[in-house]
Amino acid sequence: MSASAVHGLWTDLAAPAAEPIARIQAPTIEYAQLSPVLIVIGAAVLGILVEAFVPRRARHYTQLFVAGVALAAGFAAVVALSVSGYATTEAGIAAEGALAVDGPALFLQGVILLVGLVALFTFAERRLDPAAHGNRVDSFAAQAASVPGSDGEKAAVKAGFTTTEVFPLLMFAVGGMMVFPAANDLLTLFIALEVFSLPLYLLCALARRRRLLSQEAAVKYFLLGAFASAFTLFGIALLYGYAGSVSYARIAQVVEGTVKEVSPALAGTMGNDVLLLLGAALVTMGLLFKVGAVPFHMWTPDVYQGAPTPVTGFMASATKVAAFGALLRLLYVVLPGLRWDWRPVMWAVAAVTMVIGAIVAITQTDIKRLLAYSSIAHAGFILAGVIAAKPEGISSVLFYLAAYSFVTVGAFAVVTLVRDAGGEATHLSKWAGLGRRSPLVAAVFAVFLLAFAGIPLTSGFAGKFAVFKAAAEGGAAPLVVVGVLSSAVAAFFYIRVIVLMFFSEPTPEGPTVAVPSPLTTTAIAVGAAVTVVLGVAPQYFLDLATSAGTFVR
Amino acid sequence: MENLIAPLIAAPLLGAAVLLCGGRRLDKAGHWIGTALAVASFVLGAVLFAGLLGRGAEDRTLVQHLFSWIPVEGFQADVAFRLDQLSMTFVLLITGVGSLIHVYSIGYMEHDERRRRFFGYLNLFLAAMLILVLADNYLLLYLGWEGVGLASYLLIGFWQHKPSAATAAKKAFLVNRVGDMGLSIAIMLMFTTFGTFAFTPVLGSVGETGEGTLTAIALMLLLAACGKSAQVPLQSWLGDAMEGPTPVSALIHAATMVTAGVYLIVRSGAIFNAAPDAQLVVTVVGAVTLIFGAIVGCAKDDIKKALAGSTMSQIGYMVLAAGLGPIGYAVAIMHLVTHGFFKAGLFLGAGSVMHGMNDEVDMRRYGGLRKYMPVTFVTFGLGYLAIIGFPGLSGFFSKDLIIESAFAKGGVQGWILGTVTLVGAGITAFYMTRVMLMTFFGEERWRNLPAASPDAPDVEPAADHGGVPHPHESPKVMTVPMIVLAFGSVFAGAFFGIGERFVHWLEPVTAYEHGHPPVSALTVTAATVTVMVIGVGLAWLQYGRRPVPVVAPRGSLLTRAARRDLLQDDFNHVVLVRGGEHLTRSLVYVDHTLVDGVVNGTAAGVGGLSSRMRRLQNGFARSYAVSMFGGTALLVAATLLMRAV
Repeated sequence: MSASAVHGLWTDLAAPAAEPIARIQAPTIEYAQLSPVLIVIGAAVLGILVEAFVPRRARHYTQLFVAGVALAAGFAAVVALSVSGYATTEAGIAAEGALAVDGPALFLQGVILLVGLVALFTFAERRLDPAAHGNRVDSFAAQAASVPGSDGEKAAVKAGFTTTEVFPLLMFAVGGMMVFPAANDLLTLFIALEVFSLPLYLLCALARRRRLLSQEAAVKYFLLGAFASAFTLFGIALLYGYAGSVSYARIAQVVEGTVKEVSPALAGTMGNDVLLLLGAALVTMGLLFKVGAVPFHMWTPDVYQGAPTPVTGFMASATKVAAFGALLRLLYVVLPGLRWDWRPVMWAVAAVTMVIGAIVAITQTDIKRLLAYSSIAHAGFILAGVIAAKPEGISSVLFYLAAYSFVTVGAFAVVTLVRDAGGEATHLSKWAGLGRRSPLVAAVFAVFLLAFAGIPLTSGFAGKFAVFKAAAEGGAAPLVVVGVLSSAVAAFFYIRVIVLMFFSEPTPEGPTVAVPSPLTTTAIAVGAAVTVVLGVAPQYFLDLATSAGTFVR
Repeated sequence: MENLIAPLIAAPLLGAAVLLCGGRRLDKAGHWIGTALAVASFVLGAVLFAGLLGRGAEDRTLVQHLFSWIPVEGFQADVAFRLDQLSMTFVLLITGVGSLIHVYSIGYMEHDERRRRFFGYLNLFLAAMLILVLADNYLLLYLGWEGVGLASYLLIGFWQHKPSAATAAKKAFLVNRVGDMGLSIAIMLMFTTFGTFAFTPVLGSVGETGEGTLTAIALMLLLAACGKSAQVPLQSWLGDAMEGPTPVSALIHAATMVTAGVYLIVRSGAIFNAAPDAQLVVTVVGAVTLIFGAIVGCAKDDIKKALAGSTMSQIGYMVLAAGLGPIGYAVAIMHLVTHGFFKAGLFLGAGSVMHGMNDEVDMRRYGGLRKYMPVTFVTFGLGYLAIIGFPGLSGFFSKDLIIESAFAKGGVQGWILGTVTLVGAGITAFYMTRVMLMTFFGEERWRNLPAASPDAPDVEPAADHGGVPHPHESPKVMTVPMIVLAFGSVFAGAFFGIGERFVHWLEPVTAYEHGHPPVSALTVTAATVTVMVIGVGLAWLQYGRRPVPVVAPRGSLLTRAARRDLLQDDFNHVVLVRGGEHLTRSLVYVDHTLVDGVVNGTAAGVGGLSSRMRRLQNGFARSYAVSMFGGTALLVAATLLMRAV
């Protein structure tokens, strides 16, 4: 901007308008195509209004109703859009280029909505903890602001308070996660990242029992998340400097060299490959942090262990879906021209992630930490599919995410059931002989573990097979070898839990399995059903993922 | 008409299913059901036989295709049956002798509370044996082959409460596994060579195949035959198999199953014809077994084991003949059929003797029984005359033909084989006369048996079932089958042999060349008869003229070795069992140290790595942040490096 232009700005404002102001071009918003996100965010806002105006007594059911209806409606909207062809032929860019409405976006939004609905059921479970002072309580702190162990906390418990704010927080997180894989420019990506991360930080801190552990987890998650966000933002800035735009399409064009004109303000930096590589690496790092890939994984075990288990289940499944969706779009839409630069690096990350996740899990003694390391190993497996850089890579990852998220949310729902006097009994030694006392619960958990291990006739096998196949066809055969070996190591600790449950003598004062309300029962049943159906008859869903496997640009 | 083949097999199969699944409510009627279905099968066989006779000689092959068994691209196996003159012969032998033995067993097994199960097993055996001989491809034949093995195992160990019977069953099963491996390898070789299992394409395309492959297939088939037919070196199970009930010994371990090896060789004649080296091995195996079995038969005091040695020896004759090629195939089968009659008759006779002697099997405790069991004596005697080749009886015709064919082989080989068969005939006459004399003639040794004393621990107490035995004739249900078989023993040979009726009947399947021995046929016959007379005479000198001691004398080195089956078990024990033990011990050592070492070492290594890496997870957010920072730096550096290179 030249000095005269600045001057003109002031003078124009100062002087009365000589001619009518040109009409502001209102952005076109495709409300119908954005409806799934709008419904969920709208319900989150409505949830806050419920907190403000509905009497405390009625809030729990009102919130559950609002959130449940919104998630179901959102899913219906996703299905309607897919049926109308927005996943394939009608796929396009909406909201002035901010969001993509295409196959992967709709598929992942659908998965997130369903997982969110299942997680909502576990959030709303109020029968597992014994009633406190005659009030039914859920997994969340009576009053989040009260200091653990203080009189204020006791008073809040006595008054029967519950933190019903978790429902709008969950809805905001779901909304952000839905935008994340659909984001079509870097700023939307960042906003979505923060929109779903901030509620998760809060939710992590809200455990009713072991609150200090929970709060420590939340603080760690927040600090490290903020750290990662800073890297991401820095990367976005560098990419803007490189391409003169934050739009995915535009950056891709500059990478390919199809756009030559240089914006005068960025003449010095535009097209500088160092900026591109640095920026791409930093944004990728932010996404790898969210999926829990090594070496950005260290928050995972602490946070998974400390967070209230329903939150852990939600976080472990839905966050992974959203973050892998965003990573896929970044690598396949924005950076395919850089394939030969990022693929070797991602190879290394995937291999190290699989190996470390599987190996460190072996010596874990806490079921939640075990599942956390298992999720790290699985992040490595999914990365192997991401790296394929082929259409099969996209569809196999989509399928894997759908399969994995339901197994995870189901497994953590089972963890909420096994309890002793101190709340959930997460130490593995307490799970000894569970199969003798509660065969059904142990059997369902065994199904989830077998799915994690990738045993045939479970969804885990179909997903792992698809991902490894895509990776091998994409020329990453050594990675597949590492993956299979890691799977073998991983099978050890999954099977060990099964052995512990079914072939060990129960401990005398072992935990009991609480009888849940239909909410948790539904959550576990849905998780198990999806696991088995996707394992026994995966073809329909593989076809679905294949037909949804094309990114729009 | 070919639609009758499947019911022929289905009848005993149904019997087995009904009897084995029917439970106790069938205990009363079980033996009748089993016998009726065996007879039904025989009747169907007879109808088919009549049908075949009504056709031209070249037109006597019926094929029934039942269903596609393994319909895989490039791997086709059908359940299809083939009835031709060869399988027809076997069908009549199996169902005919089988039916008679079913009838006999009604009486023999009368007091056994598991009689229903026994008949179920017998029916199972019949079905499996019929599948074996009627199969139109080698894979289905293998099914029958394993089926008869199973039935044999179940029946040898039928009295499983006796440890000796259980062990014998296991031994038979294990030794047969060796042969079965041979058959399965032969079938695999056939599949890789010819791409099919069916008889017609396999045997038809022999001419286009290299001799080496054919020799390999033929030797594997021979191994299979050795296992099933108790030929050296897989002969050791047959003697112990006599632990089974006597009807089983008669049906399975004399007349039918043990001859399956001969069937296999004759059926695969085209392969053997094209592999002369393998044929030579076949004749050698036959010749060795012939002498081996005969020597063992001379030394055994257990009547059934003496007969088992004889069976081994007679099958040796058949195998030898089958190894001679087209001049021998039909002759081998002819001896097989006549042997089926007289050996089954001899076993039933032995069973009848045991039945009357409180299940005593030691011939030294028999003697002079002809007065007490006249029918058994006469039928057994006719079987005896048949097996030693008394002129005019069955064995005379069939054995004489084999001896002639052996000489007709020509050259030095012909002389050697011919001499061996002649000597074998002499030894046969010796040991069979010995059995005859010890059992039915001489003093009645069973009257004054020494009581068991600590000084003579070898002597078993006489009173297995109480007191001095009271020999008596068996009931009609047992004697009638013996009489029928005796008729066969007497007349079958003449019926088959005169005018070469039998060999011409088989000619379309096996082809036939009349052998021309270097000396005239009449000379051979004269020599055979002479040798037979010498054998009988020697036996009479030793066992007829002199009294037979109740306790076996120490005997010469050869006798003692022969009593121990010519040390076959000792050989197997030292070479195979000890060797196997050493092998497994060293394998276990390797497994424990090397394999387990690697496995456990890996596990321990991974575990150690795990605990070490765990420590990185120290709980401090600052350490985590450093790790993230370092990771990012690496990521960036690596990306830039990738661009640089």
